[in-house]
Parts: sequence; C-alpha cells; structure tokens
Amino acid sequence: MVTAWEVASIVAVVAGLVGFFVVLRGSAFVAHAVPNGSFAGAAGAFLLGVNTLLGLGAFSLLGALGIGVLGRRGRHDVVTALALVMMLGLGALFLNLTVEYSSEVYSLLFGEVLGISSNELAPTVALALVCVAAIALLYRPLLLSSVLPEVGEARGVRSFRMELCFLTVVALASTMTVPVVGTLLIFSLMIGAPAAARSLTDRPLVALGLSVAIALITVWSAIAASYITNYPVGFFVGSISAGAYALGRGWAAWHRRAATPLPSLT
Amino acid sequence: MSAGAIGALLAPLIEPGFFAAEDVHIAIAVGAIVAIVSGTVGVFTVIRSQSFAGEALGDLNTTGGSAALLAGVGPLWGFVAAGLVAASVMELIGIQRPRGRDLATGIVLGAGLGLAALLLYLDTTLHNTTGATATILFGSVFTFSSTLIPLVALLGVAALTIVAALYRPLLLSSVSAEMAAARGIQVRLLGSAYLLALALAVALASITIGTILSTALLVGPAATALRLTKRPGVAILLAGAIGIAAMWLGELLAYDSFYWPPAGTGWPVSFFVVTLIFIGYLLSGAPELARRRSRGA
Amino acid sequence: MDAKEILSVEGISVRLSGREILHEVSFAIRPGEFTGLIGSNGAGKTTLLRVILGLQSANAGRVLLDGRPRSHRNPLIGYVPQKFLLDPDMPLRARDLVGLGIDAHRFGIPRPSRARRALIDQMLEAVDALSFADTRVGLLSGGEQQRVLIAHALIARPKLLLLDEPLANLDLRAGHEVVALLARIASEQQIAVLISAHEMNALLPAMDRIVYIAGGRAASGTTAEVVRADVLSELYGSHVDVLNVHGRVLVVAGAGDDADLHGHEAALPGVEIVS
Repeated sequence: MVTAWEVASIVAVVAGLVGFFVVLRGSAFVAHAVPNGSFAGAAGAFLLGVNTLLGLGAFSLLGALGIGVLGRRGRHDVVTALALVMMLGLGALFLNLTVEYSSEVYSLLFGEVLGISSNELAPTVALALVCVAAIALLYRPLLLSSVLPEVGEARGVRSFRMELCFLTVVALASTMTVPVVGTLLIFSLMIGAPAAARSLTDRPLVALGLSVAIALITVWSAIAASYITNYPVGFFVGSISAGAYALGRGWAAWHRRAATPLPSLT
Repeated sequence: MSAGAIGALLAPLIEPGFFAAEDVHIAIAVGAIVAIVSGTVGVFTVIRSQSFAGEALGDLNTTGGSAALLAGVGPLWGFVAAGLVAASVMELIGIQRPRGRDLATGIVLGAGLGLAALLLYLDTTLHNTTGATATILFGSVFTFSSTLIPLVALLGVAALTIVAALYRPLLLSSVSAEMAAARGIQVRLLGSAYLLALALAVALASITIGTILSTALLVGPAATALRLTKRPGVAILLAGAIGIAAMWLGELLAYDSFYWPPAGTGWPVSFFVVTLIFIGYLLSGAPELARRRSRGA
Repeated sequence: MDAKEILSVEGISVRLSGREILHEVSFAIRPGEFTGLIGSNGAGKTTLLRVILGLQSANAGRVLLDGRPRSHRNPLIGYVPQKFLLDPDMPLRARDLVGLGIDAHRFGIPRPSRARRALIDQMLEAVDALSFADTRVGLLSGGEQQRVLIAHALIARPKLLLLDEPLANLDLRAGHEVVALLARIASEQQIAVLISAHEMNALLPAMDRIVYIAGGRAASGTTAEVVRADVLSELYGSHVDVLNVHGRVLVVAGAGDDADLHGHEAALPGVEIVS
C-alpha cells in the first residue's frame, strides 16, 4: 500500500511536468494516442512472457515516433488516430492469442495502482528521473519552439527535432505511468492538471509547479477514494481531472470579468 | 474465365463454409452498411480536422456500452445514447479554437472513460459477465443476430440523410466557417447536426469493430480517399468502397484465421480491418512520395 | 563587397514547385540602415526572408552575414514573423516571452537574476511595453504583441532585425508607431532593419533603402533611385507609371502613352510624374 502511494506520487510529478507541454503544444490527442499504443506493447510482452515495462516502452516509442514521422506528410490528427488504432488493433490481436483475455485488458486499460509490487519501484523511479531531467534540459528551447515555432527555427531550435524529443518524453512518461493509471486514463492526468494550472497563473514556471501540485492532489485523492469505496482509481482520476479543469476555467472567467472593466460606449 | 476456374483460384483464400454461414451473411450486410455510413461522415470529419472528436466519441461509447450491459440492454443502444450525450456536452462546451476544443474533448473523454472504468467494474462484479470488456472494446461482428440489420440500416439512413440534406452548407462551413457565416449559414447549428451524424456513425462503427477501434473505420478510408481525389463527392464514394473492401476482407480473413495457429481461436476481425485500413492509408501516400522524390532530384 | 555591410545577398535564385520564385536577387545592407522590402503578395518577399534566415535553401547564390556565410543558428539576426496570434490561455507574460529572447536556445531552466530582470525591463521600455509587461501575451492586441516580439528579438542584441509584413494587421496609427519605433531603434542602436511590406507609403518617411521585388527580380537602392517609372518598368517587364501625390507614391500599370498622361497632369494639381 505504501508502494502504491510512492509510485503514484512519482507518476503524478511526471504527468504534471510533461502535461504542461502537452497542453502548451495543443497535443491532447497525441497524449491520448501514445499510451494507448503502449497497450499493444504490454499485451505483446504478456504474450511473449517478457517484462511488461519493456513491451510498454518499445511500443510507446514506436507509436510516438511513428506519429512524429508520419505526421510530417499527412494530416496530423488523422495520422495520430490511425497510429493509435493500429496499435490498439495489434493489442487486440496479442490479447486474443493469449488465454486470459478480459481481466488483463481491464487492468492494462484502466490501471491497477494497488497492484504495484515493490520491485517495480526501481525502474519506475529511473524512468521518472530521465523524464524530469529531459524536461529540465529542454525547458527553454521547447518553450520557445512551442509558442513561436518560426522564431525558434530562426534561432536554431529546429521544430522537428523538438517535436521528436517531446514525443519521446511523452512515450517514456507513458511507459512508467500506464501500470498505475492505465493507458486510457493517464492522459487525463496529463491534461487536466496543467489546464487547471494555466488558468491560475500567468507565469510559466509557476504554472509548471502548480501543474505538478494539482496532479499530486488528484492522484492522492483518487487513491484514497478508491481505497474507501473499492471503485477503480481511474474513475476518480478522470472525474477529479475534469473537476480541476472546470474549476480552473471558472476561476479564470470570474477573474477576467472582475479585472477588465467593461468597454466604454463613448 | 469460367466460374469454376475463379472458384478454384479463390478456394485457398476462402475457407469452406464461409459463404454458407448465416452469421457471415449478417456480418457482410452490417459491415457494408456501416462502412458506407462511416466513410461518408468520415470525409467531413477529416476535412474539419475533428478526428479527435470522433475518437473521443468512440471511446465514450465504451461508457454507454457498459451502462447498457449493466441495464441488461443491447450495447448498440448504449452506444447511441452515449454518443448523443457526449456530442451534446461537446457542443455545450462549444469552443471554437482547435486547441481549446481538443483540450475540452480530452477532458470530457477522460471523465467519461473514468466512468466506463467504474461501470465495467460493476458489470464484472455484479453480473459476473466476463468478456464484456472485450466485446465492447473490440467488437464481435460474427455474433450479431439478424434483427440487428434493420436497426443498423435505420440508424445508417438517418446519418446519411443528415449529411445529404446539409451537404452543401456543411461542405462550405467545413472548409471555412467564416465564409459560411458570411453567407448567412448557421454555422453552430450546422456543427450540431454534424455531431449528431457523427455520433450515429461512430455508434455503428463501434458495434462492428469495437469502440476504441471505431475511429479506423471513420477516418481511415476517408483520409485515404481524400489523398487520392480532391473532389468531396468522389471522396465519399471512394471512402465507402475502401471501407467495404476492408470490412469484407477483414471478415474473410478472420473467418479463415480459425484454421491458423493457435487453432480454434481465430484472430479478431477488428485487427484485420484496422490493419487493412492502415496499410491502405500508407499506400495512398506512395504516389505523392514518388512525385516528391522525382522532382527534388 | 563592402566589409561594413551587415547583410549581403548575392545572386539568390529559388525555384519552388517548378516556378522560379526569385531570380538572381542581390542587395546589401549596412548597420543602422532602415530598408524596406517592397513587393506585392506572392512576389517572393517571404521566400527571400526565409532564405536569409536559413529556413529555405536557394538554388543559386549566397547570403553573407557580417562578411561570413550564414550558419544554422543566427545570433546576429532577430526575427519577427508575420503570423503569431498567441493563444490567450498560454501562461506566459510579456516579460517572460521577452526573457526567452535572451537564451531560448540554451538548455536548462533560466536562473532568475537582477541583471536579467533589469535587461528585460530595459527592452520593454525601449518598445514602450512596460505598461503591459505582466499581462498574458495572448490577451494583448496585435500591435502590443508585435512590440513584445520586437523586444524579444532585440534583447539578444542582433545586428540585423527582420520583420515579415509587420504592418499587415495593424491600423494606420499603430503602423506609424511601429515604423517610428523601428526607425528609432535602427539609428540609436545601429541595428540594420529589414521590413517586408506590400505597400511602401507607410515606410517612406523612415526608409534609407528600398529593395523592390517584382516577378522574382529585385532592384535596390535609395527610394529616389528605385521608385522610378523606368526602373520599375524594366522590373515588371511592362510599362509602369509612378505617381507622386502629395508625397505619397502610387505605382500604376501604365495604360496610354506619355502624351495622354501629361495631358491629365494639369487637371490633377499636386500630381507629379516621376520618370
């Protein structure tokens, strides 16, 4: 049980950090697609009897980079959708070829935070450190490239390279967070908290910090609620994230109305 | 070539009994209707860059399907209901900027999937229905009863009627909302009508290849068709054709796979359909790639 | 090539999709010069700017920055793009965006320091943006955002400032203010300014040089040297007249012969044909 709290906290930190850029870049769909791609990897790993994290990682990267490369030529949203369903289709196949179907599917898709064992803590921490380091390192060029891609290009920050780096970080983040929250819901954490954070502050670093804080609160509340009611954690993560987003927008709207005077009619 | 010769050529491809089986007939009929509807609505989805909305509706069908199961009702009703509710919510949040719209879509999707998690959990604990998850998520084309056909046809016709009736204003507003508004077209109302058609199309796609894979049928053939032709009318016809080909071939391969290793299980239809659509999309990019290579030399 | 030139464009030709967009375009700019890149939409201005920035490769010719061939990163060039309407939800204040101009290409997170903050304030003041320094960039008007972007470009101490159609979305007054601001920056900080525009009149008061593009070819020099019927006619490849109406210039496609126009001259006081 203690391990669940630790792992979940680490997941929340990473989701909050990576999610800040997901929302900044308007990549909500990508953040939904990549973890789903990893679903196939987990299923494949299960089939082959290999470590789940390896399968998750391999397919996350495959999906992420596939979206990046294919997205250069085709429409971005179509490519994301097709890459996503292709991965899910493979996952369906792999799962079909194993004997146990339903329960595995459920835990892969919706998470099984209370089923994290202590020997999964180490690789999770390792992946988390890599993600955090990557975000810290790429903070400035990624920020510029996300906000003003042309100006970034002029200064030597190549957009495509930044896109690939960003997608890789999303893939790594997905790999470590999926076992906890499941493929279908990790992105909820990745967009709800940062979306709420940016409604609350104008400063980027503060928004980044708030994003992590809100993600932590979300995850802790979800685990507590799940422990009490026995309902799945994912249900609470989805709902609380939506609640955070709504509160954030409400606050921003109220704030804006209070701050800006009505335009004069003269 | 005589019919016998053709039959002899195709025999290795088609396992015995394929054309005789009743459930195959139903699968073929339903598959064709769904492919046509998905392809048609899908062309507009791609033009409007609303693939994520389509994907979200598909995933949210999971919620509807699990609710339907809990209530003891057929999943299609759940899909349609969920689709309508989700589409309405998206309309209410009604954000015009694509980024804000995608974000709101994602939030609704997350909340809905969380609810689906809860409902599926209740399904398995209360009703002890195993395999519920798989059926909803990945579809089960060969288990349809023939009573499904008229229902599917009805919903399909409804979706196609909306698109046909609003064809021209829908096309204009999908290309440029500003230009449409300038001509007095009610862009928001049109958007709502389109979402309704989308909800129906996605529900239909969901029962054939599953909720989370439904986007393949919606967006894949349409995107492929749009790469091959610029004319929307031709694209719609082409998308329907590609969808039917993928569905039928997928169903055939799935039937055949019963005899492939591991024996007796058979590979899922949805896998074949999705893979075929994906390959089709990639292939449609080949002529453009070749054109660029020859020019850039 | 004059060693004092900060930018030297030599014989640049660009072909795209089978069409020749630019044909042997050559010109040079000195530090502190205010240059207008004038041409109608589609004439090739943006392509030329992209070649100078290194975002577009040329089929022939070369670009020299401060005497050296341009490399991938351009610390010498500050760039303000044409379209940049920023998302209102973006958590970035004006001062944050300007701050990014200092070191956006560096890895890591910026360490807050008094010197850094002072520099940002100084830049904001230079573009008269202090009053909205703490407002979210996405909530600013088009003109205000543009001033913030100019500050962002300037803070890196470029020697050349490139702006792509900065006047396109501004009203007349905002346009005049930007031109005056840029002219002041050019002379005070000895920064070369290159602005593209499809209409030259707003820039006339400030322009030292003009590079006029038509049909992919360019003529460069002072306004008096370039904006003449004979020069522009040769550029366009067809007869063109240049009218000077109370200090504002009109370039018109010529219709009749000179006798006709001279005949009309008397009827329009204050109109003088520059030939």
